[in-house]
Amino acid sequence: MDSHAAVVTHEAEATVPLRHHFENLEQQKDASTVGMWVFLVTEIMFFGGLFLAYFVYRQAYPAAFASASNKTDLWLGAANTTVLICSSLTMALGVHFAAIGKRKLLVLFLLLTLFLGSVFLGVKTYEYHDKWVHHEVPGEHFECEGCKDAGHASLFFSLYFGMTGLHAMHMIIGAGILLILIWQAYRGKFTPEWHTPVEMFGLYWHFVDIVWIFLFPLLYLIDRSGRGLS
Amino acid sequence: MTTAPPLIAEKPKNYLNSQVGLKSWLLTEDHKRIAILYLIVVTAFFFLGGFFAVLIRLELATPAGDLLDSNTYNKVFTMHGILMVFFFLIPSIPAVLGNFLIPLMIGAKDLAFPRINLLSWYIYILGGLFTLYVLLAGGVDTGWTFYTPFSSSYSNGYVIMAGLGIFINGFSSILTGLNFVVTIHRMRAPGLTWFRLPLFVWSHYATGAIMILGTPVIAVTLFLLVLERGLHIGFFDPAYGGDPVLFQHLFWFYSHPAVYIMILPSMGVVSEVISTFCSKKPFGYTFIAFSSIAIAVFGFLVWGHHLFVSSQSVYAGMVFSILSYIVAIPSAIKVFNWTATMYKGSVRLTTPMLYAMGFIGLFTIGGLTGLFVASLGIDVHVTDTYFVIAHFHYVMVGGAIMGYLAGIHFWWPKITGKMYSEGWSKVSAIIVFAGFNLTFFPQFLLGYMGMPRRYHVYPPEFQVLNVLSSAGASILGVGYLIPFCYLLWSLKYGPDAPPNPWGATGLEWQTSSPPPTQNFDITPVVTTEAYDYSSLEGVNVG
Repeated sequence: MDSHAAVVTHEAEATVPLRHHFENLEQQKDASTVGMWVFLVTEIMFFGGLFLAYFVYRQAYPAAFASASNKTDLWLGAANTTVLICSSLTMALGVHFAAIGKRKLLVLFLLLTLFLGSVFLGVKTYEYHDKWVHHEVPGEHFECEGCKDAGHASLFFSLYFGMTGLHAMHMIIGAGILLILIWQAYRGKFTPEWHTPVEMFGLYWHFVDIVWIFLFPLLYLIDRSGRGLS
Repeated sequence: MTTAPPLIAEKPKNYLNSQVGLKSWLLTEDHKRIAILYLIVVTAFFFLGGFFAVLIRLELATPAGDLLDSNTYNKVFTMHGILMVFFFLIPSIPAVLGNFLIPLMIGAKDLAFPRINLLSWYIYILGGLFTLYVLLAGGVDTGWTFYTPFSSSYSNGYVIMAGLGIFINGFSSILTGLNFVVTIHRMRAPGLTWFRLPLFVWSHYATGAIMILGTPVIAVTLFLLVLERGLHIGFFDPAYGGDPVLFQHLFWFYSHPAVYIMILPSMGVVSEVISTFCSKKPFGYTFIAFSSIAIAVFGFLVWGHHLFVSSQSVYAGMVFSILSYIVAIPSAIKVFNWTATMYKGSVRLTTPMLYAMGFIGLFTIGGLTGLFVASLGIDVHVTDTYFVIAHFHYVMVGGAIMGYLAGIHFWWPKITGKMYSEGWSKVSAIIVFAGFNLTFFPQFLLGYMGMPRRYHVYPPEFQVLNVLSSAGASILGVGYLIPFCYLLWSLKYGPDAPPNPWGATGLEWQTSSPPPTQNFDITPVVTTEAYDYSSLEGVNVG
């Protein structure tokens, strides 16, 4: 992703930075857009392996997953979901202001997106720390008080850390690219005619948000009614 | 076959001499130069992987374990597998020939993302460095398949570094596939519709799709393996509540389609070579084109045939068995269409054609024995025996490498602007074919008689066939070294190549040899179907 953004952001001295191997700007933007969507397809397959593992094990050990899931912090998870959805809104507004050439508003909304992303990562760090303190990290010292079938509850937490960890990694990479985009936007690199990197990054950011929209119910909301599953 | 038009006195600028110096190569964004970078490193990994094959065959020349102990032997066949599969076969044709030719064949100036193309080479190098580190630090003994829980909990080898090497290398493959797919969609010259594309481009489109959809899955699988081994965050080891068979499902979900990443580009090369040297439009162009797509699609639905004896349900096994038979249909369509193209064609037995014909024969044997191992009953008998080894070497070496050599010989004049020695190249093509069969045919018999794979000792009654195989391997080795020598020799002493030495159609033959940096002085406009040999009459052939 970062390399992709780098490719299209290069050579901005002209208002219309057309790279030598494209016939026209339309073809160049078209190629970037197709490339980004194809990249997102690879990302779906990348996360797909983990989702598959989740479904296989949840199907096999429903009670263990239900009781382990209740160990997650519902309110922090819900708050983080709200934060991420808001960051998608600010990102979409950023793309909008890039398209109509409002430089200051573009910078502002990119900054807001970065801020909300950082809040999410901060909350996530707190949650990880909490799990660490309570020995809920899989491994030799794993404990799960009140869990049914603690052996397989460990699998739930493996998936919890694997999936949210991979998601957080994408957020961190996204934050890095955002920093670059904010700098470039501040320098006035993007115009209504050419702001492809902002648009492409928007697609990436929304994708990462959508992954979380799936992770939240799968990891936090399995059995909040407390019926217990067997 | 005369030289270039006489009006040019001095050498024209081309992609090789337009810039000089190491930096102009290491920072190039020209797809043709990146292809050369890949060619150099891929060749190095091929000979390194070949070195380990030599050790394997030397050890197996006698029934006793007299050259390598069992631990070392495990590491040697693992290294052979990792290097050959991930660092040679998968990048070989796509990253070298595909990279060089796709923009030329579709009349574009470059791939859609030149910088990502260069990045993919550096990622490949980084993955390779991890693998070399494993090699120097003491190796890894899991086999290239990394089955859990041995790999995650018991192996003493450098599993994490090996896994990371392949993980990193995977992104090189993903980016190459992404670049190809976008380029073929968006960069075609005016008039070049989908059904005017050369079959090489179709096969690379299918390959790109597999790279995009499959490679991320092996990446995440190895990521989980590294987490389990390094941080004890368990997913597959029963000690952590996991299921080792899940690893096998995820691994083969990529690694079976990966076989098609290796063979589809070869099929593309063979389609071009056979059409050219029969001077005929390939019989059933659309069937060959769509059979590439069909192989890519069905290739994703057959992974379970690697798990017939891994506690998979018999009913799942039956479904995977039938689906595996279905993949044989598009493969057979290709074989029949190639032979139908040759039928009543004026066949010219040049070196690329010899390799292509070798491909058809060996791939057919490899494919048909694939049906043996795809049927439940026989597979139970031959699982983990040399029958399987022989089968997949017929596909990967007999198929993919024969296709690679056909392609290298076919496009060498275009890539380097030099002609190689026809005599030497024909001799080595025949040596490769003979050596290959002598190496791997005895392994079918050994496997059927029950010799298991991955052991450094075996009962004495298997020795005759093993000695035949080792003798064949030495012949095969010579067959691979000769082209290395005469191709290098041709760079300095070979005669200059004309733009179209073979009388081939296709846009890549309409530009000079080697091509200029921009590929074409004027963007070509395509007005005819692919393989229109009538358009060549009276033009620069002969």
